[in-house]
Amino acid sequence: MPGHDTARDVYRQALPVILVSLVAGLFAGTILGSETMRAGISEVPGLLLLLPAFLATRGGVYGSLGARLSTGLHQGLIEPRFRLDRRLRNAILASFINGMTVSVFIAVVTYLWLTLLGTEGNLLQLVGIMVVAGFLSAVLMISVLIAVIFVGYRRGLDPDNVIGPVVTTLGDVFGVLFLLVGIYIVGVVL
Amino acid sequence: MTDEWSIRRIVRTMIPLLAALSVLQLVSGTVLETYEAVLVSNPALLVLVPVQIGTAGNLASITCSRLTTQLYLGTYELDPSNPDLRANAGAVFALAGTVFGVVGVAAWAIGVALGGTLGLGRVLLVSLVSGMLLAVLVVVTSVAAVEISYRMGFNPDDTTIPVVTNVCDIAGVLILFAVVSVVV
Repeated sequence: MPGHDTARDVYRQALPVILVSLVAGLFAGTILGSETMRAGISEVPGLLLLLPAFLATRGGVYGSLGARLSTGLHQGLIEPRFRLDRRLRNAILASFINGMTVSVFIAVVTYLWLTLLGTEGNLLQLVGIMVVAGFLSAVLMISVLIAVIFVGYRRGLDPDNVIGPVVTTLGDVFGVLFLLVGIYIVGVVL
Repeated sequence: MTDEWSIRRIVRTMIPLLAALSVLQLVSGTVLETYEAVLVSNPALLVLVPVQIGTAGNLASITCSRLTTQLYLGTYELDPSNPDLRANAGAVFALAGTVFGVVGVAAWAIGVALGGTLGLGRVLLVSLVSGMLLAVLVVVTSVAAVEISYRMGFNPDDTTIPVVTNVCDIAGVLILFAVVSVVV
């Protein structure tokens, strides 16, 4: 009977999902603990400050894109085809704008907070890193989400059940990885 | 009729929410920044950060959606002897014990591979103690959130998961470093 399981039932059902996200978390953690990243953390003031906000917004932006596409499919408003009709294009563009705006916002707020804490920060450096990491995340998350949702939907998977794990897993792993790429590129350019 | 699929509308609804959320996340960022020196010299602890945040959110969303379903089915009751409530809480503690045990060993091994010097005992202790405290917090905040939204007439499906997962994300980092400052 639904909602009437024993602790053992709940444990058994939840463990696989938790373990998948655990593996993703460990991957993200390994990138975070790598020598290059630790050097970056020491060199760029504010990097640890913006990390939780940057990772959390991945879930917010692309989780809501996934939920929107899934609702649209269920309502028959969009079709599971890789053709840009107005609704699909708008949903994609809006999540891109959201992702980029919030990334820049995080960089600016982090800079202000650093200044308030009395630490010397570099606004251009923080904005640069967030723009690179935000842009790469947007491209990857949007393409993978659309592919997974459409292909899954055509094969009879309910996208509502797939979006959560896909967004958290990819968001964490690639969020940290693209942050590292951002540090590297900004280090070369500046 | 308003167009639910206009770019302007999607952006306008989401941006304030996302901005507020990221300002809130600066709380955990500030804690991380405070421990920068400890984190940089102990990679095992850096490995724990995303895992702790992710698992807290997962456990919280499972607990909240179960409690909400039980509320609708009429089997939920705020009483320590309620069988469904006990099953939820028991499962969260068992999951936390399993996951944070595995995480402790994995974070220690990865930390050693990355050049860290922290011993297995300490990493495991940090992971398990902070993980179990987190489980207590997940159960308490989920029950509180479901109770409060039910009494105030909100649909717990809409309100509890975003609130509780964000609270647990942030609290996850706070608890982790409270334990780190005692153990390491």
